[in-house]
Amino acid sequence: MMRLLIPFGIFIVLIGFLGIGLGLNPREVPSPLINKSAPDFELPMLADPGESLGLEDFKADGVVLFNVWASWCVACRHEHPLLVSLARQNAIPIYGLNYKDERPAALQWLRQLGNPYKASAFDEDGRVGIDWGVYGVPETFLVDARGVIRYKHTGPLTAEAWETELLPRIRQLREQEG
Amino acid sequence: MTLRRLLLGWVMSGYALVAVASVEPLTFSSPEAENRYKNLIEELRCLVCQNQNLAASDADLAKDLRRETYNMVEEGKTEAEVVDFMVDRYGDFVLYRPPVKSTTLLLWLAPLLLALVGLTILILQIRKRKAASTSDEALSSEEQARLNSLLNQTTDPRNTR
Repeated sequence: MMRLLIPFGIFIVLIGFLGIGLGLNPREVPSPLINKSAPDFELPMLADPGESLGLEDFKADGVVLFNVWASWCVACRHEHPLLVSLARQNAIPIYGLNYKDERPAALQWLRQLGNPYKASAFDEDGRVGIDWGVYGVPETFLVDARGVIRYKHTGPLTAEAWETELLPRIRQLREQEG
Repeated sequence: MTLRRLLLGWVMSGYALVAVASVEPLTFSSPEAENRYKNLIEELRCLVCQNQNLAASDADLAKDLRRETYNMVEEGKTEAEVVDFMVDRYGDFVLYRPPVKSTTLLLWLAPLLLALVGLTILILQIRKRKAASTSDEALSSEEQARLNSLLNQTTDPRNTR
């Protein structure tokens, strides 16, 4: 009896591990930046190359979303209506990082689909993206009033992700700040 | 014939494209810097394709990270400094060789542990078999007596009659 039970036990454990493995998302790379000060940056604004946008501008707004997007990014198109509706509801100030894009194409995109951003920084060569550990667009960072990254959502933002991942954290952060 | 030649040319040009795609023409200030750069892009993982290193990947991000690596190498940064830069931004995942830490200890020790388990099972099995075979050889005095009587029976058929 034992002769059969031991291999069967090993088999069950293996199946358990494989089952867990199936549920994991291999594309998800945990960011080492969570709960650390956001990387400082200073970039020209998308709308006006003469003006600059930086981390300091976020701080005045308290808790903000920092959304990495590009006009060439198909998945960004999927999440865009949600961002627009969040901006309309004044749910949270949203800043954009226009990542490795062309200025006319990006501006055209915002004109067509609506502009949910208070402002977008124009990261032409993706250098600031690297500092923020961006490896696929879209990505959305939750930055608190002290400029600390509290959460990162990789991939298009969904209503579900907003409700379950972002909103509870935003509420908690706002409570802490009073 | 001309069609085949055309096709061949087309295929060959395709190969040529693939071959040069991920190699930017770079000039290094010293052969030592070039070595450092080559080691680094072999060791660092592309985060988009995940199963390729920076040297092999054609992804846009890999190109950017190669450019960053090149710039840092040319600034005279050591390999460890460049690796730290990448880990600060992308985490340990960017390394093909995970560092030994409390969370990766099991990963590093697993081969040794499995080898030990295998060795233990092997030794136990050998001992068991040896014990079984030696008990076969040594007969108790009762068994020996029975064996002798049986042998006597067969060697001397008159006894049975």
